This record gives sequence, structure tokens and C-alpha cells, in this order.
Amino acid sequence: MAEFRMPSLGADMEQGTLVEWLVQPGDTVHKGDLVAAVDTEKATIEVECFDTGIIDRLLVQPGQTVPVGSPLAIISTGAHGAPSGPAPLQPAAPTPQPHPTVATPPVRKLAAQHGIDLTTIHGTGHGGAVTHADVEAAIHRRIETPPVKAPAATRPRISPYARRLATELGVDPNRLTGTGANGSVRARDVRAAAEKPPAAPSRPSTGERSAEAMRHAIAALMARSKREIPHYYLISTIDLANALEWLRERNRHAPVADRIVPAALLLKASALAAREVPDLNGHWTNDRFQPADAVHLGVAVSLHGGGLLTPSIPNAEQLPLTEVMRRLRELVSRARNGRLRSSDTAPATITVTNLGELGVESVQGVIYPPQVALVGFGAVSHRPWAIGDLLGIRPLVTATLSGDHRATDGATGARFLTAVDTFLQHPGDL
Amino acid sequence: MTAVHTTYRDAIREALREALRDDERVFLMGEDVGRYGGCFAVSLGLLEEFGPERIRDTPLSESAFVGAGIGAALAGMRPIVEIMTVNFSLLALDQILNNAATLLHMSGGQLSVPLVIRMTTGAGRQLAAQHSHSLEGWYAHIPGLRIITPATLPDARGMLRPALECPDPVLVFEHGSLYNAAGDLDEPADAVDIDNAALRRTGTDISLITYGGTLPTTLAAAEQLAAEGIEADVIDLRTLRPLDEASILDSVRRTHHAVVVDEGWRSGSLSAEIAARITEHAFYDLDAPVERVCTAEVPMPYAKHLEDAALPQTDDVVAAARRVVG
Repeated sequence: MAEFRMPSLGADMEQGTLVEWLVQPGDTVHKGDLVAAVDTEKATIEVECFDTGIIDRLLVQPGQTVPVGSPLAIISTGAHGAPSGPAPLQPAAPTPQPHPTVATPPVRKLAAQHGIDLTTIHGTGHGGAVTHADVEAAIHRRIETPPVKAPAATRPRISPYARRLATELGVDPNRLTGTGANGSVRARDVRAAAEKPPAAPSRPSTGERSAEAMRHAIAALMARSKREIPHYYLISTIDLANALEWLRERNRHAPVADRIVPAALLLKASALAAREVPDLNGHWTNDRFQPADAVHLGVAVSLHGGGLLTPSIPNAEQLPLTEVMRRLRELVSRARNGRLRSSDTAPATITVTNLGELGVESVQGVIYPPQVALVGFGAVSHRPWAIGDLLGIRPLVTATLSGDHRATDGATGARFLTAVDTFLQHPGDL
Repeated sequence: MTAVHTTYRDAIREALREALRDDERVFLMGEDVGRYGGCFAVSLGLLEEFGPERIRDTPLSESAFVGAGIGAALAGMRPIVEIMTVNFSLLALDQILNNAATLLHMSGGQLSVPLVIRMTTGAGRQLAAQHSHSLEGWYAHIPGLRIITPATLPDARGMLRPALECPDPVLVFEHGSLYNAAGDLDEPADAVDIDNAALRRTGTDISLITYGGTLPTTLAAAEQLAAEGIEADVIDLRTLRPLDEASILDSVRRTHHAVVVDEGWRSGSLSAEIAARITEHAFYDLDAPVERVCTAEVPMPYAKHLEDAALPQTDDVVAAARRVVG
């Protein structure tokens, strides 16, 4: 048995609304299959499955909004690991209750010490028991994936009765907006949340997404960034003559579908530079920098109707340029169609924003917390440029770096921009 | 049983008359209680009816006549001592606290002091700072005493009998603004329970907790709140010591909101005690901080508008209730 849970699809996501099930009980699913569409404040995201098995039960109905981590469905994974064969011919047996969590007292103690909820851990021990190693892995995961809430966030004001009532009614009071004095959560807020009819979708889907909700999400995250992160900004002008010439040659022989746009070059160069300057690739959590071992490149995508999404390309530094190009095309298309996949929302380790297509010269962006750097590219434009002792007309791009001064200093940022430049001068190696 | 139209003053006089008639150990003493008829006319006519042996005028010496009352009670009498206002009772505080309240304990349970002390409390009649304070909360601090605060005609009429039957010293606080309160009262009257608070109005949204002179204010506020759709429980404490904690907590656990209305000063007051007990025992039932509506912490002014400004008014209670529920 495995639980399919509401995933966290971004640092700013606290809850999600199930839009639709793409599977039904009895369906066989494999790791990576799309199983559900989930609406966050910013986008509808198609969520992939992490287990292989048979959908046993759907626990949440479309329209219901649940916190991140809530079980959405039970997947029957068979006795040991995943059956790869077809679904059994018989219909599923009467629904078994989910197993109570089994763990030895020392394991329970370890979990309690680190504030880990044992029921959220998938046990790998005998009979699904949670082992010491499982808890350690959970602790490790938690360190890697920073908590959603800002550490400096103030304790929400919740009246004691409202808190009690919330427990009784199964409402998470921390996710409510209070209507009492100073925004305190009162009993009526909890009741209102509990009485919200589960069948009615709380939000219109994709097309008519409330611009306000997205604005709100962006506002919260960006305000947090500017409040918490001391930004420094570096600007470099990069000569793209070599890169564009190489690209033109390459595209000339490629079918239209395989052609690469300059933006892919910039992304790949940024990913490689991030690997070369690892101090900018990772997260600032618990008052220190946690470097990441791979470059998950966030890509800022502005939506036509306004607003912004930042899906990511995992392990971008290892992907061939054509693959980066393909991912970029898909990401932008899915983001703009409002149907991102959960694999598109892996936490980025550094983000690139490219406002070139809008004609601006440069962008000095706001870092997406808890990342520590944001790379910005302006438009590629032909300008006079000194080459050796001569003046020529060259295609130039302004690359900027917004750095978190807590994590790094300007010198580190300068090394990064220099690396981007260097990579772009050798496009064949990208 | 017939209903008689009467006043709070007359109801107390009737209770005194009944006590004097039914038990010959009962006598009334105090300043001006005899020939003058009591400075609030409560004992008017009793001297003529019961004679100077039982309706005794005393010198202006609170300590002496309260002490004499304690002695009489120890000797088997059932004295009712009237002190003109609570402000003057402080002159007898030594007798009340060091003798009346403690003798049962210090005698190892051998000497109880079945004494009733009546006094006027509260403001609202332009009697200025030396005649207007509400110090019953201070007395409610003292173990060994029972503090009762009749706020209605039936309580004014019915509390004296159980007070006289109580083996401990009982202090009766009569709010000066209530003497002229009029209404119908059944005769013969029933004795009133002095152990439990009374729910004077029931509601679901907020508990308004009060006693004595602020009960009418609070009921008026509840009326006004009801017009706005806020239904209030109005709890009349009736006995400030021992406090009927269960009634307070029952109500708060139902309504989840509380405002304490007390004519005493806020700091270290009875309202502070009540708010603390709610927090101690019903914290997880509270949906908002407990609010208090008290008298401004000033000596009571003489000028009418300043006195009004200092005292808890209906609008203050309504506003506090709105804040708590809102």
C-alpha cells in the first residue's frame, strides 16, 4: 500500500485543490504516469505518480482543497515493491484499512526528537515497519527540502477555542484567514472552513484562474524575498557573436522541430556556470547555505494573461542542448496552457529569467527564496562593441546576477557571470 | 400568594421585619437606623414597631459597633449591623477581617460568628469620592466571609433569611442606585439561595458576567445586543465569595466569549479574579480574550457628567461585547 499525497509544487504552495482524477480505482499506474490535476494558487499542475501499482481508493473528490501532504489516493503496490504485470483479473478485494504505522520504540523516539510524523514515512522494514534508516532519510529529506514557511513567520493568531474546534472538525487552522481582531482566526472561521461544501470547486479552473490569487501568491513570495534577502546585483555584457553564428550553422541543417533558440543556449550556459560556481546553486535554509548536488534550473515564464510561473528543468547541467531546448519548449507551453506537471515543479536551485523577447536591455530580478541567485538576460541586440582595437557591430546580451549577500559576495557572483560568458564563447561545448 | 408592587428598599425592610418578627435573637444596629429610619430609609418605622432594644442607634464608631456585633453573635445573638457606606466600613476593617473572618479558624472551629453586616456600595448618586466606591471586591478577597450582592427585588427580599442562617459572617452589599428600583414581588416571599449565581438572561453568543448595581446596566446592554443579533447570557453572580465558578464556566463553555462588568476599579479587582478563573479553567473554550468593563481608576467624581464618564455604562458594555464577539 502506498499513499499518493498532495505534492508540494513550489515553495509558496501550502494547499492544493484537486481538479480532476486522470485515473479511476482499479487502474494500473506506473511511476511517472499522470494521475491527477491539481490546482495551486498559480497553476493547474498534472501530478505524476511515484509508485507503481493499482489505484485502490480515491480519498479526495474533485473540488476539494487539502493541505500539502494530505493523502489523495491509496495505491496498492503489492507485497514487496511494485508488480510490473497487469492488474489482477478479480476486482479489488474489500478495501483494507491503511496499516497503522509500525515502528520500534527507538525509532519512534528518533522521529519524535526530530519532529517527524511517522505516519508520513513509507516504511521499508519487515511488514512495512518504519526503520531507523527510514527516519534518518526523512530527516535528511527535510533538511534538503526547506520548510514552506519562512522561519521568521510570526505565529498565527488563533483563539484557543478555534484551535480546539479545528482539531475536532479536522481543519488546519494555520491555513485559515482570520476575521477576528488583527486577523486572528476565530471559531467562526474554522466553522466556515469546515462547512465549505466539498463538491464545489473553490476556484475556477485554468482559464478563469483568479488573477488576484496568483498576484497574492507572487506578492507573498516576492515580499518575503525582498524582506529577507540582502540582494547584490552584477551586470555583464556578453558578446554572443560566436554563439549565434554557431547556432545559425547548426539550425540550418536541422529540421524545424529540432531548431534551437538562443534562450536555450543561455539556459545551458547558466546551468553549467552554476555547476562551476556551486556557491550560487542551492538553498538558504536554517540560516546557512545548503549547496545542491545538481542544477535544477528554474525558468521564469511570464503568462499571457499576466502573472508568472517558475517551473524547473531538473539536472539541466547534464542535459544535451537539444534536450534543454525540448524541455524549455514544453515547459513554456505547459505553463502558458496552465497544465504544468508535478515533475516541472521540482524545487529549483537557481532560476533564470529571460526578458529578452520583451525587448528590455537588462533585468535585475528578485531572488526566488530559498534560492540564493537569480540570473537575468535582456534582449540580444546589435550594438557597437570593441573587438581588439577595432569597433564592430556585435550581437550583445546583458547578463545580470542577483545574489543573496548572506550566501555569497560579489566576487562569487562575478565568477559566475564570467563563467556564463566563457561557456557562451564555446557554444560547441554546450 | 399575592404579588405586591414594591421597591428594593421596601423589600429589604420587609426582610428585616420578617427576621425581627421570626427570631427574637435578631436585632438591627447602626448609625441612624432608629429614630432617623436609616440614612437610606430602609429601616423607617422599624423602631416604632420593634422598640429601641432591637433597633439600636449607635455612635459614629464603626469599629466599636461592628465589634459589638461580633461579640453579640459570639454570645448567641443574630445581629444585623448596618454600615452607612462601604467607604466607612474600612474603619471597621480590623474587626471584620481580624475578628469576624478569622475567629472560627483561630478557635479551632469552636467559635463561629453568625453576623450579618449590611452596607451600601457603589456610585451614581453624586455622593463623591468618600461615599461612592465599590469595595466589595476587597471583602471578597477575605477567606471566612460570605459576600452577597442582591441585585433584584426577590434577592433583596429573600437573601437576608439564608444570610442569618449562615454560621459565618455575611456581608450584604446593597447598591445605592437600586433602592428605588420598583416592581412586583410575591408575598410571602421565598428564601433565596445564596450559593449559586443566577442566569438573568440566556443567550448563545457571549457571557456577560456581573452583579449588584451593574446588573441593570448589563441587562440593558444585552437587550441592545440582542437587537443586533448578539444573544447574551447575563450572569448575576449574587455571591462574590464563595464565587459560583461552575455557573461562570458553564456559560463561557457554551458561548466562548466573556465580558465581565464590575463597578470596582479594574486593577486587582473582582473582575480580574473572574477573568483569571475563566483563563485557568476554560482557556480552550475561549474564542477571544476576556474583556472587562470597570470603573475608571479615579476617586469617584462629584460632577454628574464626570461620574457618568467614570462608571461602566450600557454603551461601554455593548462596545466591549461587540469587540469580543466581532
